[in-house]
This record gives sequence, structure tokens and C-alpha cells, in this order.
Amino acid sequence: MSGVAAEQRMGWDPAPRQGWVAPHIVSEFPGLGIAWVEVDAKPGRSPEPVRRRLRDLSDRTYGSQAIRLRERPIPWAYRVFFRQIGLDPDRTRTPVEQLALDRLHDGGFRSKGLPADALDIAIVETGVALRAFDADSIVGSLCIRDSAPGEGLAGQEPEMAQGTLTIADEMRPVGLLFGPTAEGYGVHHGSRRIAVAAIQVKGVPQIAVEEALWMAAATLEAA
Amino acid sequence: MWPTLSGMPVLLRQEDFTGLDRAVDEREARLQLRRQISRLEAELAGLFGDAFGHTEVPHQVAAAATAPRVLDLGELEAVRDSLADRIAEARRALVERERVETDNRELLRKMLVAPRDYKWVRVTRADIGEPGCGAWHSRPWLGPIGMLMGWWRVKVSSGCPLAGRLAAVEHEAEARTAGFLA
Repeated sequence: MSGVAAEQRMGWDPAPRQGWVAPHIVSEFPGLGIAWVEVDAKPGRSPEPVRRRLRDLSDRTYGSQAIRLRERPIPWAYRVFFRQIGLDPDRTRTPVEQLALDRLHDGGFRSKGLPADALDIAIVETGVALRAFDADSIVGSLCIRDSAPGEGLAGQEPEMAQGTLTIADEMRPVGLLFGPTAEGYGVHHGSRRIAVAAIQVKGVPQIAVEEALWMAAATLEAA
Repeated sequence: MWPTLSGMPVLLRQEDFTGLDRAVDEREARLQLRRQISRLEAELAGLFGDAFGHTEVPHQVAAAATAPRVLDLGELEAVRDSLADRIAEARRALVERERVETDNRELLRKMLVAPRDYKWVRVTRADIGEPGCGAWHSRPWLGPIGMLMGWWRVKVSSGCPLAGRLAAVEHEAEARTAGFLA
């Protein structure tokens, strides 16, 4: 992280909030965590500086880097976690690998508007997995827990298999861990506050998580 | 008193082990398996990176679940074993590829010494594990005359085609499709 970035981060307000992980889950996966920030921002077309940054990122990303990406510590940590929770990271891609693949396929990072572009920049720069939610829909704090019997994911699955790992607020699951977001919790045209959440797994340093959140939040705030 | 045969299933019932802290042991076993999975994943990633561009190595391990969840001991063992199998297969593929490349390097060496013994043989840079598009081709001097006289040489190609030339070929193909060229 550059000196200027570090100075800006020190005065960052609000600080990221640390979510809760169910004790029996964290005992199985030490190092698993969720942190998030809420930003006053509206979805929409990305301004030129954000699109320029995506173009710069595209110029800095090569095929050879994409091939060797899985050997770097943070992408590797997510691949390992995917294996440990039963996902195949070559089919259900980790966020940073999916973006690297899209970059090769499309010839560059395509602008998808905000908040997606802000998340993409932060994910590519840090490797940390980020998600965006409509902050006003979230009740209380975010957490990682397994699904209860009969619990579903609004608009996606009427009933999840018991024990499915989810991101939840204090009322209900808002999305699958590394899966789709429940209906009503994603960022939509009417969103005025956006929650950017980072999922931390064992092997991902706290500083990387904070930097990813700061980078995404700063991009959203500046837009 | 020794348990009778009819009593054995009772002894083996899972709930009867609760007093022996079996659950704690299983959690430790799961943690151990997860550590093994992380080590194997790193090894497989390294082999995948080494093999890319040279040969295709099997690296896919089927998902153990349809949705993210805590895997049980058996499922973790299956993931661990599959990763170990893929690593063994990847190593075999790399060793085999290394053998082929060594043979091709030897063939190229012999071809450069005696081109007429290897008429029309073509060895590419990829065949010997080198990056780029070049190739060594055993061809006769002066076409048919060289063939009749037995004058053979190894011609080294000039490498990858330039982007401008590729674009010209594409434009020509498009023009043909559109009917502008015969």
C-alpha cells in the first residue's frame, strides 16, 4: 500500500465493522470472517476516472499472471477454502479468478457500472472476495452462519439444505457464501446506501481485507 | 465380562462414544484433513502452472457439494484423495512430456548434423518445450533439383507471424467471404 493510501486509510471514517461467525463454523474454519462498510452511494454508470482505472488494470493484467494466480497466497487461500466447503474452484470460480478469466475472455475489464466496478477494482488489486448489498435492507449486523431447517433464500431457493453456509443479517440469510444474493438484498436502482462486505478466510491478512474495503468504499464515495 | 456377539452393534453405535470425546477427535481429524487439502491444492496449483503451455494436466476435482457447507470426514477424505490422485496424474503427465521433449531435442540435434537422414521432418519450438512459434524443417536446397541431388538442409522459420500480417490475412478472408475477391 502506498504512503498516501496508508495515511488516507488511517483517517478513514467509518471504520469497517466486523461481523459475527457462528462458533461451530469458526471452530471448523479458523480465520473465517466477514467485515463490511456502508457507503452513501447510488448505483449507476461509472464515471470516467473509474473506467480509466479499469483500463489501466486491464493493461497491467496478463495471461501469464492469470495462469499463475492460483499460486499467489490470497487467491490460493480462497481456492483452498472453496475445496474445504465442497465447491470446485475450477467450476465455481473464486471472485479474483473469475475476474482474471473475464479479462482474458473480453480482452479487458468491462465496465459494469457502480458498485460492480468499484468491487472489481478492489478485488483485482487485493485478491479479497467482496460482495455488495443494499445497506438499507440489512437488519442489524452481517454474519456467517449455516442455514436452519426449512430456511430459504428469497427469490433463489425456497428451501436450502440444512447446514448450507450463508451470509445473513439478524433476520434471515441475505446470500449464499460465495453464491447468489437473496432477492431484495442486492443493490438496485433505488439503493441509496451500499454495504460492501469482505469475506476473509484463513491465509488472507487483515490488512488486505481492510485495504479492499477501503478501496471499494473510496471508489464509491468519489463517484 | 466380555460382550456377546449380539451386544457388538450396541458397542459400535456412534452415540455410545460421546463419553469418549469422539466428536472432538473427529473435529481434529477434519482440521488435519483440511490442512492436507491446503497443502495438496498448493502443490497442484504449482504443477498446473508448470505444465501450462507444455501439456495438459488433469487438475479438476469434482465438487463435493452443490452448495457451500461443512463437509464431513468422509467427504473431506474424498476431496483429499482426489487431489492426491490429480497430483500423481499431473506428475506423470509432466514426466511423460519431459521425456517427449528430450527425445525431440535429440532428434533435432541429429537432424541438424545430417538433414538428409531426416527428410521433411519438422520440429517446432513447442515440441522441445521452448516458447514461441519457430520450427526447424529439413528441406531440399533448390526444390526438386536438391531432392534429386540429395542436397538437404534444415531451415529455421522466422518465428511468430507479425500482427499486421495476420490482420491482412483476416481482411483477405473477409473480402473473399463478401465476394470482393475471386
